[in-house]
Amino acid sequence: MTYSVEIRQLDLSFGAVKVLKNLDLDIHEGEFLVLLGSSGCGKSTLLNCIAGLLEVSDGQIFIKGRNVTWAEPSERGIGMVFQSYALYPQMTVRGNLSFGLKNARLPKDEIEKRVARAASILQIEPLLDRKPGALSGGQRQRVAIGRALVRDVDVFLFDEPLSNLDAKLRVDLRVELKRLHNQLQNTMIYVTHDQIEAMTLADRIAVMKGGKIMQLGSPDEIYNRPRNLYVADFIGSPSMNFLHGHLQGGQFKVDDMVMPMTGYEFAAPQVADRPAVIGIRPEHVVTGELVRNAPLQFSVDVDLVEPMGSDTLIYAKLGQHPFRIRMDGQARVRSGEVLAIGIDPSRASLFDQTTEDRL
Amino acid sequence: MADATLHAGPRGPKPKRAFSRANIFIYGTLLLVSIYYLLPLYVMIVTSLKGMPEIRMGNVFGPPMDVTFEPWVKAWSEACTGINCDGLSRGFWNSVNILIPSVILSIGIASVNGYALSNWKFKGSEVFFTILIIGAFIPYQTMLYPIVILLREIGLMGELSGLVLVHTIFGMPILTLLFRNYFASVPEELFKAARVDGAGFWRIYFQIMLPMALPIFVVAIILQVTGIWNDFLFGVIYTKPATYPMTVQLNNIVNSVQGVKEYNVNMAATLLTGLVPLIIYFASGKLFVRGIAAGAVKG
Repeated sequence: MTYSVEIRQLDLSFGAVKVLKNLDLDIHEGEFLVLLGSSGCGKSTLLNCIAGLLEVSDGQIFIKGRNVTWAEPSERGIGMVFQSYALYPQMTVRGNLSFGLKNARLPKDEIEKRVARAASILQIEPLLDRKPGALSGGQRQRVAIGRALVRDVDVFLFDEPLSNLDAKLRVDLRVELKRLHNQLQNTMIYVTHDQIEAMTLADRIAVMKGGKIMQLGSPDEIYNRPRNLYVADFIGSPSMNFLHGHLQGGQFKVDDMVMPMTGYEFAAPQVADRPAVIGIRPEHVVTGELVRNAPLQFSVDVDLVEPMGSDTLIYAKLGQHPFRIRMDGQARVRSGEVLAIGIDPSRASLFDQTTEDRL
Repeated sequence: MADATLHAGPRGPKPKRAFSRANIFIYGTLLLVSIYYLLPLYVMIVTSLKGMPEIRMGNVFGPPMDVTFEPWVKAWSEACTGINCDGLSRGFWNSVNILIPSVILSIGIASVNGYALSNWKFKGSEVFFTILIIGAFIPYQTMLYPIVILLREIGLMGELSGLVLVHTIFGMPILTLLFRNYFASVPEELFKAARVDGAGFWRIYFQIMLPMALPIFVVAIILQVTGIWNDFLFGVIYTKPATYPMTVQLNNIVNSVQGVKEYNVNMAATLLTGLVPLIIYFASGKLFVRGIAAGAVKG
């Protein structure tokens, strides 16, 4: 497997503040990699380093096997799409698309050919002679993508490209982006704080926090086998239920409840007894008929019910602990009721209380 | 009829009384202040259109009985300054020759400065900027004599080009501040996009930044044209009689004592000198306000 982008021991500081710390990342050819994290985690900074818009303090960056650590942004074979579109306001759409090509001194007919191709892929042909001011948000972002497209680059960089769009348009463009990736098969690196975007678009997700990658893996891995407490908490909406207790002889004990962890895949064959945290996703809790077949059965006191149409969110108490359950939209539950629930320990996650790593 | 659904009673916009107490107070004050400011201008204009016999009669506020443009012609081409008698025309052309290169040079350099200081930050650029801004607060008087020595040493003392150099330097702090703040309000992503597109320092400046900076250029041009045109101090110190700018020439005409004081000629000369800034304001007043407001809203 060839790597499209390799990042080796990257450090970046702004003054005394270390934003990226000894970061390593390999991105495969044709891969759609999403950098996911809350604001200030360094994901945009990392993208800017790859683009060459920020000078790294230490480490190296390779694109297509070539060391580009000190190369100009235009020499790296990258195209970039920004959150605010960043279209040149005084140029027409055609001018925006061809600006980079003119800078590269491409012949005129080649420029026209490439602009026409990008315009047809993105379906912006009727807009070519308009100024950005006369375009809607979605059209502007499409032009911004086109600007990266015409340059025939190896790697596309997206810096929260959908964040400025309204909700419906965001979903539409997300689908279009996925289709575009299938069509072009380019390497794409995509920064976002939106986990839905990350889950739907990514081949692999890198969850970042404090300038470090907390977990790098497929959306499925990130969702089902979070490597640590932070990732477990960050991914999923509503977020995971956490219960603090003890792991003793393969059983998780919290207060007077005992959960035998049968079927749970431990990270190591032998796990010593220790204080631990169990994480259970609200959508992995079963109710009604299914409880009978569940390995673990409890009952909870319903506190509050939030019907959301497609599903219903239940805020309940399991013993003394707040516990969220996601049921389908047809569920008729009232606050004050006692609800029987079933939990499958093989779908839960266990973490060490001190290191916060997955057990 | 649609009106039928409305209830009986008053409708339409709320009537306003033209002569309410507030209106009388506001417009009265405005009128008074305007008269206070416009009266001297009125006196100047009518006096400049009178002949000397009429002025001697002493009716300062009266309109001219006999309109004559003689004083204007005399002020422009015949008035004496004590050394020569070719009026303001020489000073006018001197001022034009000082103004045009000074404005172009100072704005050209300051805009590039501002662009570099906001987008291409280098090590020590903040220190550099701070020093430049401190320059704006040092009183001119302390620098007058050192500059005399400087100009003498490089052989530009008394030359128009020397004065152009002085104006360019003194315009630098405030203009750089103006441009830096304006360019800082341009979204950073635009600059990044241009760099990804392979544009360098000058291409980004000319093709991306310059077209977006027109309002601030208008502001800078107005500031510089009026400032340099109205300058007296630098003009009188760093030039010689042959290269005196218009303001110095005007002072010499008004203050030269040869026989009678020709008030009408003096008034005409003063109006002529003030014409250039006046035209600039009238022509670009709206753009000026828009330029200042643009920075304010975005900043």
